[in-house]
Amino acid sequence: MTAEILLQTLASGVLIGLIYALVAIGLTMIFGVMDIVNFAHGEFMMLGMYASFWMFALFALDPMLTLPLTVLMLFAFGVVLYKLVIRRITNAPMVSQIFTTFGLMILLRGVAQFFWRPDFRSIENSWVSGTVKLGAFQLGRPQLVAGAGAIVVTLAVYFFLHRTKWGAALEATAADKEAAQLMGIDSHKMFALAWGIGAACAGAAGGLLSTFFPIFPEVGANFILIAFVVVNLGGFGSVAGAFWAGILVGVIEVMGGLLLGPEYKMAVVLVVFLAVLMFRPQGLLGKS
Amino acid sequence: MNGKSSTLALGSAAALLVAIALPFVIGDASRLNLLILVLMAAQLGVAWNLIGGYAGQVSLGHAAFYGIGAYTSTLLLLKFGINPWLGMFAGGVIAALLSLAFGWSCFRLKGHYFAMATIAVAEIVQIVFTNWDYGGAAVGLTIPMTHDGWAWMVFPDKRPYYWIALGLLVLTLAATAIVERCHVGYYLRALKDEPDAARSIGIDITRYKQIALSLSAFFTALGGSFYAQKELYIDPGSVLSTALSIKMALVSILGGIGTLFGPVVGAVVLTTIEELTRAGFGGSGRGTDTIIYAALIIAIAVFYPGGLIGGYRAWAGRRSSRRTARGYEPQAAVHGEAHARDEALR
Repeated sequence: MTAEILLQTLASGVLIGLIYALVAIGLTMIFGVMDIVNFAHGEFMMLGMYASFWMFALFALDPMLTLPLTVLMLFAFGVVLYKLVIRRITNAPMVSQIFTTFGLMILLRGVAQFFWRPDFRSIENSWVSGTVKLGAFQLGRPQLVAGAGAIVVTLAVYFFLHRTKWGAALEATAADKEAAQLMGIDSHKMFALAWGIGAACAGAAGGLLSTFFPIFPEVGANFILIAFVVVNLGGFGSVAGAFWAGILVGVIEVMGGLLLGPEYKMAVVLVVFLAVLMFRPQGLLGKS
Repeated sequence: MNGKSSTLALGSAAALLVAIALPFVIGDASRLNLLILVLMAAQLGVAWNLIGGYAGQVSLGHAAFYGIGAYTSTLLLLKFGINPWLGMFAGGVIAALLSLAFGWSCFRLKGHYFAMATIAVAEIVQIVFTNWDYGGAAVGLTIPMTHDGWAWMVFPDKRPYYWIALGLLVLTLAATAIVERCHVGYYLRALKDEPDAARSIGIDITRYKQIALSLSAFFTALGGSFYAQKELYIDPGSVLSTALSIKMALVSILGGIGTLFGPVVGAVVLTTIEELTRAGFGGSGRGTDTIIYAALIIAIAVFYPGGLIGGYRAWAGRRSSRRTARGYEPQAAVHGEAHARDEALR
């Protein structure tokens, strides 16, 4: 194994890890604010991919150009979903919450299959197609752009949470719902906002992925399990934690694939996940 | 035995006799198959309920035990010619032993953490079986029909499968009823409702959770071996998938978590919906059946968080309170509902 292969693998691990981080950030926000695990999160990402795909296929608009629109659409979708369904289960037992979002997962997959068929689709020749040579090794340009985009979105979310009034209100609700409510913060509004931002992050990840990843109704299944792992490792509810844990999981995945063969890369991620859970149940980066 | 429980025993015996006689009345093969599917789902739900309902540990990785049951009996049969009845028992024992590792790695986690860890364990098992050449890898294993009859648990006719599935369900229900009534059941309830209080009076929490999990794993694995003998074909996708784990939990939650017959009710409803939508809309290839199935799951989870039995008890509570105490009607109704919810959450 040469140093180049190792470096190239590491770099691609970091790049895919940035996407994992973006998916997981939305998940961790929803969890942090209202203690609900969203099993349908991979499907939000899938919807983002299809949004990019259809704007490309029908109007020849490049996914990079339509990314803000995709993000907005998913934000609206998240808010509407909260108002229609999730609002009703905020105080329900954990099992009914799990099964509501699990039902949403199957429902969205079914809807995607109904409207867009189970075929694999892809976006060819977008603005970002091609490869970039960096010295001895080369990387796909879509992956590089997606990684950079993921960093930008993560920073935007981080800035929103820590530098704006709305972000502070959201954090306050996450920390103590009742106390925040006494301060005049409407927790239902905050929950809706968390679902909006959560879905928007997943949508952004979908839009960024759409230039180099096949698009099909069940594509979310590949990402949800990894997103769970990332959220756990980063500490439930922590955006910064999810960011670093996403990169870490991306690297573990590709290194596992390199050492044991691609068929075991997911197993390596899951074993690391279980090991961390056992010794640090609050996550690698979470506070105890 | 008091009056109420003897009525219950009589009712159960009558229901069992009807259930045994049913295949003689129903000649239609596809209807009989639906009944077998209901019995299989019910048996898995009842087994899941031991750990998920009574002990309150929501496992979403039970397909691991199911798959181990299916693979153990099938590999023993194919590679060593061992009788599937024996293989079924061996599968149960191996699953119960493996549940020790499962419990050891997951039991210190709570709530969502536990649920996610169980998904991870089951996924790892699935990946291992998908790449294990001796075990048929992704292609799976086929059981030849060389011997048939009761001795080898292979039948050209569906009826014997029905009776075996019914037998497994009754066995699992009986085990649950025994657990419910002995000290293990009391301890489980205590550690589920008040873990700290249970610990403070000296209950070894992990040990009792482990007992519930091992029993649950044993019975789940029996179901897996039965599936292999009925379908005569297994692969990682059909016996080890996360979707299967979730279905076991769903059956139980839908009917009423932590109640003896809740999973049976859930299995009847869920399997019937699943098969009817598949028959009615599945042919289009557009996923209409999945959409209806999913919409129903959401509706039940949102509107009946206590499951169908919980919903029924709330309704019955309102009715009886209306009849007995007209003056205190609203208060009594609220109480009935709260009681049903408490029951459902137990």
